[in-house]
Amino acid sequence: MQETAHTYVEIIVGVFVAIGLGALMLLCLQVSGFNAEDIDGYRINARFSNVGQLQSGAPVRMSGVKVGVVRNVTIDREIFDAVVTMEIDDRYDRIPIDTSASIYTSGLLGEQYAALLAGSDEEFLEDGDYLEFTSSAIVLEEIVGNLLFSKAAGDE
Amino acid sequence: MSALIEVLRLLGQRALLAFGRLGRGQGFLLHLCMVLPGAMRRSSDIIQMIYVVGFLSLLIILVSGFFVGMVLGLQGYNTLIDFGAEESLGVLVALSLVRELGPVVTALLFAGRAGSALTAEIGLMKTTEQLAAIEMMAVDPIQRVVAPRFIAGMVSMPLLAAVFSLAGIYGGSFVGVTLLGVDSGSFWSQMQSAVGLWEDIFNGIIKSVVFGFTVTWIAVYEGYETSPTSAGISLATTRTVVNSSLAVLGMDFVLTALMFN
Repeated sequence: MQETAHTYVEIIVGVFVAIGLGALMLLCLQVSGFNAEDIDGYRINARFSNVGQLQSGAPVRMSGVKVGVVRNVTIDREIFDAVVTMEIDDRYDRIPIDTSASIYTSGLLGEQYAALLAGSDEEFLEDGDYLEFTSSAIVLEEIVGNLLFSKAAGDE
Repeated sequence: MSALIEVLRLLGQRALLAFGRLGRGQGFLLHLCMVLPGAMRRSSDIIQMIYVVGFLSLLIILVSGFFVGMVLGLQGYNTLIDFGAEESLGVLVALSLVRELGPVVTALLFAGRAGSALTAEIGLMKTTEQLAAIEMMAVDPIQRVVAPRFIAGMVSMPLLAAVFSLAGIYGGSFVGVTLLGVDSGSFWSQMQSAVGLWEDIFNGIIKSVVFGFTVTWIAVYEGYETSPTSAGISLATTRTVVNSSLAVLGMDFVLTALMFN
């Protein structure tokens, strides 16, 4: 009898631990933004004069669809502009070399992401290429400064 | 005048007693840590304790979690709707639960239910001289009686906290999506983009482990230090709940400041 009671307790404890671990798993997979599949592809670079708040891990989107992820944001020590390294998924291997990159903000207060606008060339980007056309992130202070200056100039 | 001096004398005596208990608690913890490897070999004891401490707390954790989540959903909706941001209800409910309410409320409930039970059990063993009898047989009572309960508490807390958070999130989604009409897709997708695996969930797990350690340590220590009378047991049980709650809330602030700064 003691044996049966003991096994009963063991089974219940096993169920309890399974419930707990299951809850942890559900939290990790369903609730968090954990992407089980990471982007695996080729890397391209782009130079910007201002990257705003773009960080590594930010998505790279083309026509709104995520095609890659920002891997690295560094500063060129000679020219002093920012170099953003992006990893593009191998499925999108026919991106023209005259594609332009911009930095947009998703929503009003969202995170910043890199947006690619496809060009029309017949040659495609390869691993290690640099994008020729870029436009930097919008810096609020510059816009306000421009506005104040143009208002001051207009008043004169 | 002499009444004032009497009050000061009593305060000083209480303070010294409190410091003494704190110091003995450290020694107790050290002894406990040293016998833990030996205690791990008695897995049947540990399993029995996990049943008592963990599984039997599951019902209160599930129900409380579900209701806390529902209240979060309701209150959150009432506030967010004024800003037209009711689609972010999922973010509000999930982050509140995973970062703070899950670990903290679970620890408080755990202290009240399992912690006080542990204190009462060990206190009664001390009062009926069972601990002394075990020691007479050259068996370390801390290794045989206290350590399995401590291990069970530390194992159960993170699991219970995860169950609480999950029950809360489903409670929040029940109120928000099913009852109040928030869009289900936005509820879950905004939650998924706002809740980070390492920043939020992992930090919540760390918190629940730390709280489990603290609550269980206080519970078994108060039981071990009970003055062996019935009034003593009642006092020890009260002290467990009060001290665990204060310690958990205080450490929650410290951990939050460290993690989410």
